[in-house]
Amino acid sequence: MPTPASPTPPGGHLLEVRDLHVEFRTREGVARVINGVTYHLDRGETLAVLGESGSGKSVTAQAIMGILDTPPAYVRGGQIRYRGRDLLTRSEEERRQVRGTEIAMIFQDALSALNPVFPVGWQIGESLRQRAGMSRADARRRTVELMDLVRIPAAAKRLGDHPHQFSGGMRQRVMIAMALALDPKVLIADEPTTALDVTVQAQIMDLLADLRRDLGMALVLITHDLGVVAGVADRIAVMYAGRIVEHADVHALYRAPAHPYTKGLLESIPRLDRRGGALSTIRGLPPNLMDIPAGCPFHPRCPYARQVCLDEVPHDLVLAGGRTSACHFAQEVHDDRAG
Amino acid sequence: MLRFILRRLLQMVLAFFGTTLIVYALMFAGQGDPIQALAGERPVTAAQRAYLTEKYHLDATGVGGFFYRYVNYLGGLLRGDLGQSLTGRQIGDILAAAWPVTVKLALIAMAVTVLFGVTAGVIAAIRRSGVFDHATLVLTLLVLGIPTIVLAPLAQYFLGVRWPIFPPTAGAQPSFRALLLPGIVLGSLSLATALRLTRTSVTENLRADYVRTARSKGLMRRRIVGVHVLRNSLIPVVTFLGVELGNLMSGAIITEGVFNIPGVGFNLFRGIRTEDGPLVVGIVSVLVVVYLLANLVVDVLYAVLDPRIRYE
Repeated sequence: MPTPASPTPPGGHLLEVRDLHVEFRTREGVARVINGVTYHLDRGETLAVLGESGSGKSVTAQAIMGILDTPPAYVRGGQIRYRGRDLLTRSEEERRQVRGTEIAMIFQDALSALNPVFPVGWQIGESLRQRAGMSRADARRRTVELMDLVRIPAAAKRLGDHPHQFSGGMRQRVMIAMALALDPKVLIADEPTTALDVTVQAQIMDLLADLRRDLGMALVLITHDLGVVAGVADRIAVMYAGRIVEHADVHALYRAPAHPYTKGLLESIPRLDRRGGALSTIRGLPPNLMDIPAGCPFHPRCPYARQVCLDEVPHDLVLAGGRTSACHFAQEVHDDRAG
Repeated sequence: MLRFILRRLLQMVLAFFGTTLIVYALMFAGQGDPIQALAGERPVTAAQRAYLTEKYHLDATGVGGFFYRYVNYLGGLLRGDLGQSLTGRQIGDILAAAWPVTVKLALIAMAVTVLFGVTAGVIAAIRRSGVFDHATLVLTLLVLGIPTIVLAPLAQYFLGVRWPIFPPTAGAQPSFRALLLPGIVLGSLSLATALRLTRTSVTENLRADYVRTARSKGLMRRRIVGVHVLRNSLIPVVTFLGVELGNLMSGAIITEGVFNIPGVGFNLFRGIRTEDGPLVVGIVSVLVVVYLLANLVVDVLYAVLDPRIRYE
């Protein structure tokens, strides 16, 4: 298995996913969901992982957390290095210790992600009592602090409320407070704003950005919304069919995408300066993961596709500025800014 | 919540009048001559006939007479007087003797259900598709498929007569030991249902999103299953158990009959067999109240268990 080039030299990263392979074994067959994902995260930075549904963003995150459901999901290869040590070789008990204290995660739909029958104060405090060994009184005090930190109004009064008594935005704040309880160094936010109203989305994104800065965490922001990413992320990794197809600094990527898929995504955003014209879309559908096309998995949908794309899987090409693109014609796409 | 309970209590009053009226009407509609029925095969003298007609208000005839007697009966009921059975005993006394026995039996059945049904359901769900899961599936289907009228005599014969581990019948003033086998037989059906229900509920909840969240918090699996999953899974199970306890409290005609247990079901059956109208109506009236109360308790319990439920 070829190890794709990394835009920064290995070693020294806080979190590093190397050539990760995950498959789902189902009755219908084996779906190759993650096919060699490689990305890294340094202290205090924000990495956005972008891609459409089924591209493997969440599965990669759950593999990092070690919370994949096995069966059906099986990690078939690769490494997940946290502070230089491969998490995949550690025991379940060791991995459990990492969850929450080192790497924490928040999920898309806070209503179903929170336990419906327990008060939110109890759920936030649970980590403090169970993991940090705090007394009830201490945990309660700290819980109120955490709820204040995520800007839940009248936190002390809302400790005893249940998740369904909160609005969507407040629920997501509860989720965030819960994830922050044990001072994690890495926070993985899996589409934290997808289920929310646009105005609330902005508030949550601002909150995450502020918290990341104030607490010095590193943030992995998983999203399918390019608009969400622009203001917050340092770097972007674009995923397609279980691979990172493009990896670049935010500004570089927005200025000139070097992968046809990224280019298609950017062109499909409605823009105020191009009113009247039809919105462009990426034709076709994402591949069936049980039967990924030979060669470049994007070739059936790609306007740049040529014979080589049908025959050869493109490796990551390193472009100027250390950015990478898994496209045979990366330079051409990058230079072709007319579209 | 309080308003909900009050409204339900009002509905209960209506339901109580409705059901007692129907039972009262059905029980006395089919009777030819109640006085002759009372006397059985013996002849009734004119004086006796006059006395009994007076006593049971049989002089008023037709629909008017029926309602007169029904209202008269209800009046007694509200004063706590269930009246006399045709055998001349106070129905209140009969119930006072029978109910504790039935309650004991019901509690044994319920304990068996919770102890084995719920526990086995949880284990089957955690080890889904394992040997235990398949074994319990077969066993529960078997139990659910055999009616009590077959199961009770089988248990009595094998565990009471062939290998006398338990006393085969209970008799008057039954001991705890004598009620054990009937309790297990009675509980086996709810046990099987509780097991299936628990298994399904736990399986569903193990797949819930909040389980993934709990795992991401680094909680131990024991805690995730024992606290997060169980608390959610037991909502439908407890509801079922509540209704089931109401059922069991109202007596088990077949089980009490087979094992000769002088409980409510046993007396009810005897009343039906001997066409003892006052006894049947008396017992059923009280059963209706027990049943309605059990259902109210279940509804309230449901709201307590699931904070998302709000009664207005």
